[in-house]
Parts: sequence; C-alpha cells; structure tokens
Amino acid sequence: MGKTIIEKIIARHCREKVTPGKVVWVDIDLRTARDFGGANVVENFRRNYHEDRVADAAKTFFAFDCVAPANNIPYANNQQICRDFAQQQGIKVFDVDQGIGSHILIDKGLCLPGYIAVGTDSHLNLLGALGALGQGMGDVDIAFAFKTGKTWFEVPETIKVVVKGKLSPPVSAKDLTLAVLKRLGSKGALGKAIEFCGEAIDSLSLDGRITLASMVTEMGGIVGFITPNQEVLAYCRARAGKEDIEAITADPDAHYCQTIDIDISGLKPQISLPYYPSKVANVDEVEGERVNSIFLGSCTNGRWEDFKMVAFILKGKKVHEGVMFKAVPSTREVYGRLLKKGLADVLFDAGVILTSSGCGGCASGQVGMTGEGEVQLSTGNRNFKGKQGAGKTFLVSPATAAVSALYGKITSPDKV
Amino acid sequence: MKRPILLKGRAWALRDEKGRAIDDIDTDQIYHNAHLAITELEKMGRFALGNLPGWEDFPQKARPGDILVVGQNFGAGSSRQQAVDCFRSLGIALIMGESFGAIYKRNAINSGFPLMVCSGIISQSGKVDSGNILEVNLSTGEVFNHTTGKKIEGGERFSQVQMDIYQVGNLFEYGKMILP
Repeated sequence: MGKTIIEKIIARHCREKVTPGKVVWVDIDLRTARDFGGANVVENFRRNYHEDRVADAAKTFFAFDCVAPANNIPYANNQQICRDFAQQQGIKVFDVDQGIGSHILIDKGLCLPGYIAVGTDSHLNLLGALGALGQGMGDVDIAFAFKTGKTWFEVPETIKVVVKGKLSPPVSAKDLTLAVLKRLGSKGALGKAIEFCGEAIDSLSLDGRITLASMVTEMGGIVGFITPNQEVLAYCRARAGKEDIEAITADPDAHYCQTIDIDISGLKPQISLPYYPSKVANVDEVEGERVNSIFLGSCTNGRWEDFKMVAFILKGKKVHEGVMFKAVPSTREVYGRLLKKGLADVLFDAGVILTSSGCGGCASGQVGMTGEGEVQLSTGNRNFKGKQGAGKTFLVSPATAAVSALYGKITSPDKV
Repeated sequence: MKRPILLKGRAWALRDEKGRAIDDIDTDQIYHNAHLAITELEKMGRFALGNLPGWEDFPQKARPGDILVVGQNFGAGSSRQQAVDCFRSLGIALIMGESFGAIYKRNAINSGFPLMVCSGIISQSGKVDSGNILEVNLSTGEVFNHTTGKKIEGGERFSQVQMDIYQVGNLFEYGKMILP
C-alpha cells in the first residue's frame, strides 16, 4: 500500500512503522513559541526541567507576533520572560518587529518541504503550503518539545481534495479557500490531514498556497498539504541557501479516507458571515451592508501579493469617509517592501492606517478591536463572536476588502 | 500515581436557551483572548466559558468533580492551553463530547485531563441533562446515567497514550518514563 504525504513525513522522523491511527514518537525539526503561550511554555519548562538546557537551541525559536509591540503590561512581562529564557538558553528570538512567526519560518528558509514544525500557533499548519507538517500545540506540548525535541502523533487519515477549474481575477486564493471551507464545513476534516491537488491548486503562488493552507484549521483539519511546484522549491532553495531540497509527494496508490471534488469554474467572490468562518456565502448575497472598518493582514492574507492587490485597487482613490482601514503586513520583510516600492505611499494617500508587522487585529487587538454594532471586513481567518471585539466580522479576500472600503459597504469586486 | 478509572459526577450539558447542543464552541468562547497573559492555573477558572452566551456564570455554578458534556468540535480554534486549564482550575473531573478540536484534544491529553468522545451524548435527547449524575469508566468507555437509570452508548475508551499519560499525571512525567 502506498503512503500519503503525512505518512511519509512522519515516517522520515520516526523509527516505527507508520499507519493511520497509530501513535508514534517523532523527532521534530523546529519548535517555536510566541508571545502568546510563550511565557507558559517557559513556566512549564522551568517547573519540570529546572535549569536544564533545551534539546537543541538551534532548532528552537521564539517569535513575538500577537501583541507586538506589547500594548499592555502582562504581555510585555510575558515577552520579557521569553527573552530572558532565550538568552539563558541561546535561543533566537524574532522580536516584536519581525512579524508572524509561521511566515518567518518560511521566509528565512528555516522550514523546508518535508519538515515537522510545532509551535503555540493554531495556524502553524500553514506550513502545509510548503509540503511541510506544521502543528499548533498548547504550552505543555511545546515545553516538552523544547526539552526533548520529540512529540507524539496519532497518524491521521488523509482526505484528498481535488479542486478543478481556473481562478480568474478578481477571484483569488481566498475565495477558493472559502469555497473549500464552505464545502467541508467546520468539522469536515476534523482530526484529519488534507492533500490539495488539481488544476486550480497547481497554479497557486506561494502566497496563495499559504492562504489556503492556513484555513485548514477552520476546516477542523490537522494540516493541508500542497505539493510544492518548481516556483515554491526555488523559493525554498534561495531562502535556505541550499540546493538539495525536494518535495515529498504521495504515492499513486496511497489510501485516502475520502476524496472530495470541487469545481471552482465560475466561482464568485466569497465571504464568511458572522460568527463562523464556515458560514460562507457569495459576496453579492450580502452586498450593500454598511462597513465601518477593514482589517487587511493576518497569516492568511498579510503577504506581498495581498497588499499589491489592495494597492492596485486603491491607487489614486480614497477610502470611503468614515471607514477605518487597518493594514498590518505579515512580516517586516513585506512591510519593508511596501515602504521601499512605493506601495506604502499609495495606501497612505488612500487613507489606510498602515502599521508595523504582526498578527494585527486577528489576535487580541494589537491593531484595533471592534465596538458594539461595528461591522468589520477582515482578510483574516476567524470571525468567532467576540474574538476581535464586540462587533460583527466578515471574512473576505483582499480585493473584496479594498473595493468595499472604497464604497463604504460590502461590494463584490467583480462588479467594479 | 494511580488515578481513578471510574468517575462519578454531576453533569452540565452545554445547550443553548432552546435546548439545542452548542457545536463548534471555539477557544475564545471557552477562554477569551483578553485573559491570555495569565499563567497561574488558579486564576484561570473564573474565566471558563466566560464568552459563551448563557454560560457566563458557569464558574460560579460549577463544583469540583462535575462533568461537562459538550457537542461537536468542542475547542475549535486557537492552541491555547488555558482553554483546558480553566476547567482543571475549577476541578472539573471530565469533559465528554461528541467530538473535539484536534489541538484541544492533544492539550487535554498532555495535561492529564480526562476527555472522552461519546457520539450522540448531547445531540440525542434523553441521554443526559444538566444535573444528572453520570458514572463513566475511562478504561472501557461505559457510561451510566444514575438519574435516568439508563446506560449511555457511544463512549470511546481512552486510547493507550491517553491512559498512560493520565495515569502518570501529564506529558512531562510520561516523558521521563519513556524517553532516555
């Protein structure tokens, strides 16, 4: 019997036979903690291991992305606890200026296809965009991983999702992602891995792949793999400064517990309605609803391609009077490019509030919470009740966010 | 350390005001991100279910040894350990649910907190209501409702790794036993 991607990746990291349902111990390539959960990791580590060293400081990282820079004392304290621990242990910290940890792992060439990475981030599985296994974990798991370099996995079954058809602008990777989420629902992949394939998937850029892989969490899945194409492999090789990087592919006779076919031909711009990411509709079904604020950013849509699309739409125009447009690049690298390539000017002139990089409005309000009655369009991945404040959050693509910002109401970008 | 296999306690069935099971309860509803900077277990209990409409007063009503009964995909969303720890903090003995978010399940298992999958336990009426006294065998998956006098089918026995970690306390203790 052939193997799926996750079975192959796990098998490369353990000394046991790998079959779905079996619990195996694996060696982890990368372990990370954020400012969220990081202090708890340190506390768990110290309580259980006292003055011991971490298993391998070179494979261990902190990345502060949730509340960056800290806007309250408890978060500031927690970040400092992590910095002190990191210094004692010789661990690299990607501090509050650097942006979203999962993206840094990709852009610094730290995570490569076939790797296993764990961290206190439930969207770490976006590393599936590289064909790597990322797993979000709580602070007990991560403290253990810091100390031992190991963790246990119950090998999940895999669902194959075949996406046919072609994306035609302004329909984007986010719309594709929401269409898949609509089909699978919030529990469609519960406890399982996904392999995405098909024409529409093959043609996604790295940024688009990150968008799709990041929202497997909202489908209940462990991870969603997209087999790297030559463009993604070239990116990894350039970033890591290594040539011998290859994709892990599934065997032709691998076993899937389910195969789902989705045809996105003629797909319209998609939107998640409050308060569930999986409550997906066509944008034109809710068109016209007043919008108070926009959040562009997050690990789902905070990359260069996303900002480029928004700048293209906003160029020479003004955000509608009374609409707050908050834009938070995913990483310092994206932020720097915006500043240096003139896109920051375009956004500024349009009335956008552009800030330093991080998780922004997606986490506990580094950049703005919503007030009662406020309607927010977010390019993020979650719109659970109360998560980003007291208002209502809709999830959309960068293009839908930008066009809606111009009109001050929910507007489908395909009409403009 | 040998921890009990048989748990008996008062149930809280997580239903809405219309009596329907609430599915997809995410970790922000269980333990809101406004309290994430807290690292002490004893301070977490007071925020349990604090953002779930109709259940905000759960920390005042819950007693140590109670059993929480939940629907599908409980603990969806973020990786925060506090969403498990807040129930440990209150002394909740067990969470029984139709299914759990994958990270939530790991977090519970690793902190030695009992979590049992039991299909249909809350969506099917007549199985359990708040206030019922349940008796649960973690090793066999057998569930008995003392209030109704009926057996509840669908309980899944603990997996080996779950039972092993539960018995020694948590992942840290387990790791000391099995890793060099």
